[in-house]
Amino acid sequence: MIVLLGVLVVVLGFATRRNPLLVVGVAGIATGLLGGLSPDDILRTFGEGFASSRSVTIFAVTLPVIGLLERNGLQQQARTLVTRLGKLTTGRFLALYLLLRQLTAAVGLQTIGGPAQSVRPMVAPMAEAAAERANGGRPLPERLREKVRSHSAAADTVGVFFGEDCFLAIGSILLITGFVNATYHTHLEPLSLAVWAIPSAVCAFVIHGGRLLYLDRALERELITVNAEIAVQTPGDNSPRRIAGGTE
Amino acid sequence: MIKSEWFFWLVGAVFIVMALQMMRDTSNPKRFTSAAFWGLLGACFLYSTGVTQKSVPAEPLGLAVLALICLGGFNLVGRGEPKTTSEKERSALAARFGNKLFIPALTIPVVAMVCAVLVKKVSIGGRPVLEPGSETILGLGIGAIVAVGVGMWVLRERRVSVPVHAGRGLLEAMGWALLLPQLLSVLGTIFQAAGVGTQVRTLTESVLPDGQKFAAVALYCIGMAMFTVIMGNAFAAFPVMTAAIGWPVLISQMHGNPPAVLAIGMLAGFCGTLVTPMAANFNLVPAALLELKDQYGPIKAQAPTAVALLACNVCILYLFAF
Repeated sequence: MIVLLGVLVVVLGFATRRNPLLVVGVAGIATGLLGGLSPDDILRTFGEGFASSRSVTIFAVTLPVIGLLERNGLQQQARTLVTRLGKLTTGRFLALYLLLRQLTAAVGLQTIGGPAQSVRPMVAPMAEAAAERANGGRPLPERLREKVRSHSAAADTVGVFFGEDCFLAIGSILLITGFVNATYHTHLEPLSLAVWAIPSAVCAFVIHGGRLLYLDRALERELITVNAEIAVQTPGDNSPRRIAGGTE
Repeated sequence: MIKSEWFFWLVGAVFIVMALQMMRDTSNPKRFTSAAFWGLLGACFLYSTGVTQKSVPAEPLGLAVLALICLGGFNLVGRGEPKTTSEKERSALAARFGNKLFIPALTIPVVAMVCAVLVKKVSIGGRPVLEPGSETILGLGIGAIVAVGVGMWVLRERRVSVPVHAGRGLLEAMGWALLLPQLLSVLGTIFQAAGVGTQVRTLTESVLPDGQKFAAVALYCIGMAMFTVIMGNAFAAFPVMTAAIGWPVLISQMHGNPPAVLAIGMLAGFCGTLVTPMAANFNLVPAALLELKDQYGPIKAQAPTAVALLACNVCILYLFAF
């Protein structure tokens, strides 16, 4: 039972946001000692574990070509592609982005998107612009703008999570094969795992895409309510401004 | 026969070459410790060949891994100012090359698939061209090499140093985080050696009535999601839950299809990542980047999808994996 304290070390370490490498190192050593391994055994297990899980890290070999393409405008071209989908409602636009994100992640291009690369500069502004168009060109109320932005980030995250595992060279797939092959002395191929990520990817698209389409209706309803409130308040709202204008 | 070890040597050599470049990069304030980290990692890749063949002891490698943990863990790995193109230049280049930019990127998965499905069956003089059992990994390596060639051809780039430099820029941007998945896998091995999986299994067996397939499947998936919520990382939850239920109960005892059980188990963990503030880079960083007042906005937008998808994963695993 006492070896479970090793799991506790991991939980506490991640929960208090310590450096993950140190958490892993300390948890490994602590668990080994609690499990009755000698320091020598622990070192050997670290070494053997590393040697048999090297395939997890080999995606680094794809970095030169991705770097070469990025310095030649890969992200900018991806942006151009998305911009061509411009004349859409918020929900349809985000659902399309979700699909695009899933498909590109599924062929290993998960670095094309992301909160910094695509959501902030491109996806969120476009989703907001579409919602403002639906609002007759008026700016969105604060709460709805937050909602549209949150959904922009969510579409990106859901898309990459449930797209990338269909690609066989992604860290999580290689982690599974590395861990299982080393621990249980078996042989699993990354490809056979990637294939099993497809059903969940389809479910993710149907569920999240459906929710995004529903977002259009929710936005429409809320905009009607908000605009009705503004219409009621308008005389009161306008009068101070007129007074202010009059004193000029 | 092309062996997977050759490919690991290539990756190790790439790390070492990049480490040598880093040592001379004066724009990196931590250039010597950074170079030590990546150089040591490269050397570990080469030394590991001997360890897997049992021709050299594993203990020195374990020591080196601890050194890597310290270098990364105490924040001694830094990055230089990469020499690269400006945003404006990139837009001009994107306009010039257009969708041709996607060709080299798509080369990698296409070549990997071709190797895994077709080249796998090719043998010359009775010996297979690719080492049996490593076809997909070799396909990835061959794909990456071919893609560099295709990329240089498409982009009219003559100097090999350009992709190497660009790759080093990305490597430095990722930093020690690049090593984390592998270390979590190592941690899983240690957990297994120390008997953590056996202990969690005893616990689950006392909770789980015998032979209840649906309960076991649900426990595995929901356990993955819960552990991930706590740790903020499905990679850390995976070895624990798999050693506890996934492998002994679902695969050994109930004869589940291993790739299906494990792949879907990991995806169940991802459902947990969607709803936890612990996964800061996915949930809190976007909120900050988008200047949201409610930093849990993205989590709220993701939560219903996460719950529904977790249910889907339980069903897919229960219906198709046995």
